Amino acid sequence: MASAAVSRPRDLPRLRTRTVLKHVVLAAVAIVIAFPFYWMLITAFKSFFEATRFPPTLFPEELHLENFATAWDSAAWPRFFTNTFVIAIAVTVGELVTSILAAYAFARLNFKGKGAIFMLLLATYMIPGEATLIPNFVLVTKYLRLGDTLQVQVIPFLASVFSIFLLRQHFLSIPNELADAAKVDGSGHLRFLWSVVLPLSIPVLVTVTLITALGVYDSFQWPLLVTNSDAVRPVQIGMAQFRTEFGAQYHLEMAAATFVIAPVVVVFLFAQRYLIQGVARTGIRG
Amino acid sequence: MARPAIGAAHRRRILAENALAYAFLFPAMAILLVFHFLGGLAAVVMSLFKWDIVPGAFRGLDNYQNVLFGARSEEFWHSLSVTITYTLITVPLEIVVSLILAYLLFQKMRGRGIYRTLYYLPYITSVIAAAVIFNWLMNPNYGFFNTLLELVGIGPQKWLDEPRGLFELISGGALAGWPAGPSLALVGVSLFTIWHYIGFQVVIFLAGLGNISTEYYEAARLDGASERQIFTKITLPLLSPTTFFVATVATIGALKAFNQIYIMTNGGPLDTTRTLGYEIFHVFFQQGRIDVGATMAVLLTLLILLFTFFQFRIAERRVFYG
Repeated sequence: MASAAVSRPRDLPRLRTRTVLKHVVLAAVAIVIAFPFYWMLITAFKSFFEATRFPPTLFPEELHLENFATAWDSAAWPRFFTNTFVIAIAVTVGELVTSILAAYAFARLNFKGKGAIFMLLLATYMIPGEATLIPNFVLVTKYLRLGDTLQVQVIPFLASVFSIFLLRQHFLSIPNELADAAKVDGSGHLRFLWSVVLPLSIPVLVTVTLITALGVYDSFQWPLLVTNSDAVRPVQIGMAQFRTEFGAQYHLEMAAATFVIAPVVVVFLFAQRYLIQGVARTGIRG
Repeated sequence: MARPAIGAAHRRRILAENALAYAFLFPAMAILLVFHFLGGLAAVVMSLFKWDIVPGAFRGLDNYQNVLFGARSEEFWHSLSVTITYTLITVPLEIVVSLILAYLLFQKMRGRGIYRTLYYLPYITSVIAAAVIFNWLMNPNYGFFNTLLELVGIGPQKWLDEPRGLFELISGGALAGWPAGPSLALVGVSLFTIWHYIGFQVVIFLAGLGNISTEYYEAARLDGASERQIFTKITLPLLSPTTFFVATVATIGALKAFNQIYIMTNGGPLDTTRTLGYEIFHVFFQQGRIDVGATMAVLLTLLILLFTFFQFRIAERRVFYG
């Protein structure tokens, strides 16, 4: 936006050197940032002996595609991915429903105690996960007896203050004239929400969906605490376990890291607009 | 007769709207109250009791006494100092690097989108898998980092297995104790952290730069200001709310650090990467001391809340009062 609008001719050569210099710096940083991914990929294709050669080769001498199959067959990956997929769908759908309803109430309904409940929500948002971790662990394992289940990885995350705030903010921006036109009374709100508000909110709904689903995909500490068996454990725990078991088989470890990372990279490349905009707008750091 | 009838209908409508609102709020509020609000209060309660496997007697502030000054104080203060060191390494570097990158990226140019995508890629990658890659890069025997060191004539390092301080290593063992600096292992974890979060900060800074009116720049150029003057006299001051925001968010993130520590070093070597987040996990999960763990968690929470408070003062303009 604030492009250097200097157009006097004698400034041109200086401007060009500046641009070239800028590209050199930006490209160098890009290489440094991308390099770990490159290193992961080429290690994943190497044989064990080539992977542990020093100094290492910058490009694999032979492409050992079978590393991926070996890594995949060496752990319960299909189970881990299925678990993560099921948890992600349940959490995302559930969180969307609860957040949409709550956000709608805050944005478009009048009710007693609105201010107080909103303050309660703000207070909840301030409490970090570190504070709730131990009580939640005790609650679900000792009292609810939900330890080592899929449900225990879903239920606590079926609502999110962040999603409520984000959606509320968007719902507030929908013009009142639309509500008036829809002649909203007590019974018509659900219909107005469904046929007017939601269709107008698709971008922000996509952002919430992606942020939630990616959050589930990355979740690690909670499943580490509350699950014991492969039958319910998610992908990231699978990755940590794989590392413990095959830690010295670097080529297999990198093959596993590749297929753990690949899904999010694909999603990101297709939907980065929604993710980056969402982050820029809200400043949320997972 | 007509007026009370209208009043009754009106009241009925208000009642219906109230009922609808509470019904809409109930599912979200129930989950949030149980797991994210009362949980926080419960941590405080737990810290006031003796509580290992099962809850025991009320102990008042004994747990706090124990953690701050008693038998647990050494590990608590040690892990707090590791956490603060880790924060002091990562946050300033993240800010400086991402600010420079964002500033360079902000001007219109070819390939801008590609750079931004590449810089952002580590941030969306899961911490666990990405940390596994860095462990491999920092492998003491076959790692790429040691290859780089060899190219510049420095011997191989143990990286994440190295408990000795960075300055101790650089000075060839001349510096010891406090001046030895953070262990190379903690530096390694910090490098990973900076790599992982830089794209996030760049995006926030880009948004901040976009909020500065171009009129300031135009006026400054008309007055013959140099690029450098423009950066230090206009961009930096006007960007300071964003910088402050990034600093608090990064600080809170650093204070919470657990996942990368768990994967990369497990708190070692010689406890030099044992952050408070890891210490809490160790105490309550591996040692089964719910009470001591909860006490440390409450103390960490107070520290985080301090920064959350600052963050909110800036963030409220971004999200909360749309």
